[in-house]
Amino acid sequence: MSVLVPTSLDAALTALADHPDATVLSGGTDLMVEVNSGHRRPEHVVAVSRVPELSTWRHDPVAGSLRIGAGIRYTEIERDPIASWSPALAQAARTVGSPQIRHAATIGGNVGTCSPAGDGLPVLRALDAVVELRSATGTRQVPFGEFMTGPKRTVRAPGELITAIVVPVADGYQGYTKVGVRNAMVIATASVALVVRGHSVAIALGSVGPTILRCPEAEVLAASSADFEAGHLPADVLAECCELARAAARPIDDHRSTADYRRHAVGVLTGRLLRRAFPNG
Amino acid sequence: MADELGNQIYTLHVNGDTREVRDAWVGESLLHVLRERLGLMGSKGACEQGECGSCSVLVDDELVCSCLVMAASAVGQRIVTIEGIAPPGAPSDVQQAFVEAGAVQCGFCTPGLIMATHSLLERSPSPTEMEIREELSGNICRCTGYGRIIEAVQRVAVGRRGDA
Repeated sequence: MSVLVPTSLDAALTALADHPDATVLSGGTDLMVEVNSGHRRPEHVVAVSRVPELSTWRHDPVAGSLRIGAGIRYTEIERDPIASWSPALAQAARTVGSPQIRHAATIGGNVGTCSPAGDGLPVLRALDAVVELRSATGTRQVPFGEFMTGPKRTVRAPGELITAIVVPVADGYQGYTKVGVRNAMVIATASVALVVRGHSVAIALGSVGPTILRCPEAEVLAASSADFEAGHLPADVLAECCELARAAARPIDDHRSTADYRRHAVGVLTGRLLRRAFPNG
Repeated sequence: MADELGNQIYTLHVNGDTREVRDAWVGESLLHVLRERLGLMGSKGACEQGECGSCSVLVDDELVCSCLVMAASAVGQRIVTIEGIAPPGAPSDVQQAFVEAGAVQCGFCTPGLIMATHSLLERSPSPTEMEIREELSGNICRCTGYGRIIEAVQRVAVGRRGDA
């Protein structure tokens, strides 16, 4: 086994070009659990936590977007100024692990691991965020919805590094909520993100399918029935949206929950977020 | 240039000292290296998955679980463990307050809680009770019920303001 500790982006990309199948180590909060338990013994590790280019963010008011370096930690995402531009992502960040975990864990690591239970992911899916990938030979940008292909499966190619996540700065309400066995330090049993942009509504579900799922039917119904200026969504429509979100979920029974409970939770959480987005009934 | 670390010797900066790590598998956690390679037994290992906080240390001033840090990736960073908080026989104000408030029972979680408390009070000298509970939420104690731990933190905050 080898551990490479590059201290520049160029060195990191060179390291990955030399070892295309290397495991990328960022905050360590996913990988080290598996290494400690003996479940994983990567042959090569490229530790990117010391690459300064990954730890920067940039707000572009003209484009209306926020480019978050892959090495930005949850501690920074949960606070202003990032929280002011991406409040749902900040909400998701606050639900991750403990302070110790949030000091170490990064947005790039969350996207790189790509667990369906990853707390940042429903927000990225609802925002139509873009994943920026770099290799020694070039850069490409992939919408998050195309980036994740299954549980912990992505289109990241050997030799590629996740360098940033680009999220639009939305004008309307956005929120994230989840349920687990308790309120702190818990992995999501089911989670929902909701984003209002202009006169559109996006709803994304976590932990209830092989990937993060959107709810196109619920989104279209909510957007076509809502009075965005008045913050109003009729109660019967709201109930119908929750039903459509439940139908969009593809949950399984596993050691954390039953599929039935997960589907029920999706309805409850979707209703909760719709009432926050449209508070005037 | 990237440094390639196989099973070879590497160097960590721990509590102000430069420490060579020899005969270690390069994928070992910082917790394992601290305890088993460097003989620093203060950081405790329980869950080894970042749930319990008993292995908390500071890496470049950030409170992290040392079980989730790959030691070889911490080359060149400043690591502070419970042994670096105060010399033997001369406890820090936080350690003293834990003793006086009765915040220590079996003691297993105590080093991690001391580290978390020092880190909290550096950033927030007068934390509210809610803030204390939030900031110590990554440190699990199965004995005390936390009441006396919170009291200890508040004692330090008051003492440092000089209005005790």
